[in-house]
Amino acid sequence: MKFFTLKPTAVAAAFAVGAMASGSAAQATDLVVVSWGGAYTASQQKAYHEPYMAANPGIKILNDDSAAEGVAKLRAMAEAGNTTWDVVDMVASDAIRACDEGLVEEINYDQDLAAAPDGTPASKDFGDMLVSPCYIPQIVYSTTFGYRTDLVKSAPTTIADVFDLAKNPGKRSLEKRPINNLEWALLADGVDPDKVYDVLSTPAGVDRAFAKLDTIKDHVVWWTKGAQTPQLLADGEVVMGSTYNGRLFSLIAEEKQPVAMLWDWQVFDLDGWVVPSGGKNKAEVMKYLRFATDTQRLADQAKYISYGPARASSAPLVGKHATLGIDMKPHMPTDPHNAKHTLMFNIEWWADHRDELDQRFQAWLTK
Amino acid sequence: MSTEQAILTTADGTPLKISLQRAMRRSRLKALGLVAPLFVFILVSFLLPIGDMLLRGVENHIVAEELPRTIPLLSEWQPDSATIPSEAVFKALVLDFQQGAKNKTINRLGSRLNYEVAGISSLFRKTARKSRTLTSDPYQEAMIKIDKQWGSIETWKLLKTFSSRYTPGYYLAGADLKLNIDGEIQRQPEELRVYMKLFWRTLRLSAIITLLTLVLGYPIAYLMASLPTRTSNLLMIMVLLPFWTSLLVRTTAWIALLQQEGIINDFLVVIGLLNDGGRLPLIHNATGTIVAMTHILLPFMVLPLFSVMKTISPTYVRAAKSLGATPFQALIKVYMPNTIPGMGAGGILVFILAIGYYITPELVGGISGTFISNRIAYHISSSLNWGLAAALGAFLLLIVLALYALYDKLVGIDNMKLG
Repeated sequence: MKFFTLKPTAVAAAFAVGAMASGSAAQATDLVVVSWGGAYTASQQKAYHEPYMAANPGIKILNDDSAAEGVAKLRAMAEAGNTTWDVVDMVASDAIRACDEGLVEEINYDQDLAAAPDGTPASKDFGDMLVSPCYIPQIVYSTTFGYRTDLVKSAPTTIADVFDLAKNPGKRSLEKRPINNLEWALLADGVDPDKVYDVLSTPAGVDRAFAKLDTIKDHVVWWTKGAQTPQLLADGEVVMGSTYNGRLFSLIAEEKQPVAMLWDWQVFDLDGWVVPSGGKNKAEVMKYLRFATDTQRLADQAKYISYGPARASSAPLVGKHATLGIDMKPHMPTDPHNAKHTLMFNIEWWADHRDELDQRFQAWLTK
Repeated sequence: MSTEQAILTTADGTPLKISLQRAMRRSRLKALGLVAPLFVFILVSFLLPIGDMLLRGVENHIVAEELPRTIPLLSEWQPDSATIPSEAVFKALVLDFQQGAKNKTINRLGSRLNYEVAGISSLFRKTARKSRTLTSDPYQEAMIKIDKQWGSIETWKLLKTFSSRYTPGYYLAGADLKLNIDGEIQRQPEELRVYMKLFWRTLRLSAIITLLTLVLGYPIAYLMASLPTRTSNLLMIMVLLPFWTSLLVRTTAWIALLQQEGIINDFLVVIGLLNDGGRLPLIHNATGTIVAMTHILLPFMVLPLFSVMKTISPTYVRAAKSLGATPFQALIKVYMPNTIPGMGAGGILVFILAIGYYITPELVGGISGTFISNRIAYHISSSLNWGLAAALGAFLLLIVLALYALYDKLVGIDNMKLG
């Protein structure tokens, strides 16, 4: 037992260290920034956090990777009356829900955010991207397909090829939720792209989408985390699969896997910041956000990951990848060459139909 | 017996009975004081949250809170009258919407009612946006102009049916039933029934996993209990090492082993048992869940079995053999009955852990190997339908309690030994 007996001096030293730690914490302000982890948080760390901390020695930014449960955890924190997060990264539909529930603050765009270098106010610079009064978009990302160039029988060129088992036998990976999959099923089935949501609004249209998905159901591996499709492609478990375009970029450009992109009918969505209500460092948070969402910072993020900046004024500034030195413009989902056929994620339609279609989708999976 | 009997008193004159009672009360209070910290801890950290969760499954405050003027007026409206509510109700509705829009809480209402009728949330969003400028009557006409659904009896029936502060809606949804807008209980349409299937699958796979851990764990525990200490310690470490390894690491290791381009399939192809096109689907299905979870839960079976087997005297089996039993008979008739407390403890432990398992089925379960807990997690973190998540959780709790009672009846809970 004597090994465990603490000497009085050791106890005193431990207290002293504790006191010092709390003393220094009182000087620095910790900002808890919640994001998605992995390559995405790394790109934010390099483009936003590090330069900001270098310029503001009193600020320490702590990363938390719980963005996937962002709204749920904010709601729990609000109920407990103890909000410990300062800034949270969310996709647009989640930000709208958080805003609906009063969990996040409204933003006064022109006052809180920096204008573009040419003086265009922030609200104009972001333009249509401002889908909710609580939301500061950072990037446009897309969900699209990658395929193994060495394993496919013929390179897929359209979304219909994903559903064509004769042309391309083998497994595909799709996200385990109805969003995107139903739209793609209808597009592959020949529905007029402008009428996709009109068709999906009818029971017959939903049946038609599920019938199309039925044709490949036995050949699908369903994913729930964005990292799964890149792994499945790398292992050769699937010949093609959907995921976020930035993940595919790092698989192709950084890890040099024999994978290529099928951009046909990529689905655009936004990712951006919200400020939780009841946070304790509101003033510091707004200062940070003013910096992190200015024209140059949004363009800088594209040096590390292939997502398009949400400000119009950032687009011309997108340059080369920070370590690979390749030009990032052709890898952006918004590049005209990649964006021939695109779908904008229909937030309002899915807010109406998500609960029911998700249940139907799960029932369809268990059948 | 004489009533004149002298009352026994203590030295200071108080009756003995009272004095004794006082002493007893004091010691009882002391005992209570000793258990109080633990009791309070369990109450605050365990019982109250569970109670809160059970309550969440029936709570329906949002409608009454967001429409404080409309709902009381609506109670007088007769849905059977086949006419939409009066101008007064519409006026109350507009005022409620304006108040809700000002407080920025009105959209909660649409999200709540959208769980019952798909597609209704946009009606509330639109109305909240457009009713801000309405200041004078006729409100009825103006609201119907905003959206003709306000002129439909169905919309008002929905509001009336779900206006009470408590609702069976979530529990019904968890049982693949629903309350329709007339307030009647009916089954979900075929293509929306999913929860009962998942409950049944969770129970079935958990039972299979429990059985497999028993079959695999029994010989290991027996070996550990009967070998000399030095060898059995080595075995114990081999059981405990995976137990101490991160759950995610073990699950991911199984993915590397079992996937179609994985080690096991590669090996089977190399030795010629399979051809390259006929690789076995061992993961992203029920097989994957069973294999990975059996491995992960094995220590929970082995340890209670071992601790019980350790206490069984080897003389019992020797005596049985000397009385003429074959080794097999001695095992079945003498040794095994003695290990029932261990099997019971291990079985209950593994089964209860299994039916609540979440991360392993999520990663390796694909479609056919996911559990009800995966749906509960979805409703907590993704769809934000906490009422339904609470109802599903309550069903799971009920199942566990029912099985516990069944076990108590069949084996007896006193007969369970963890060590």
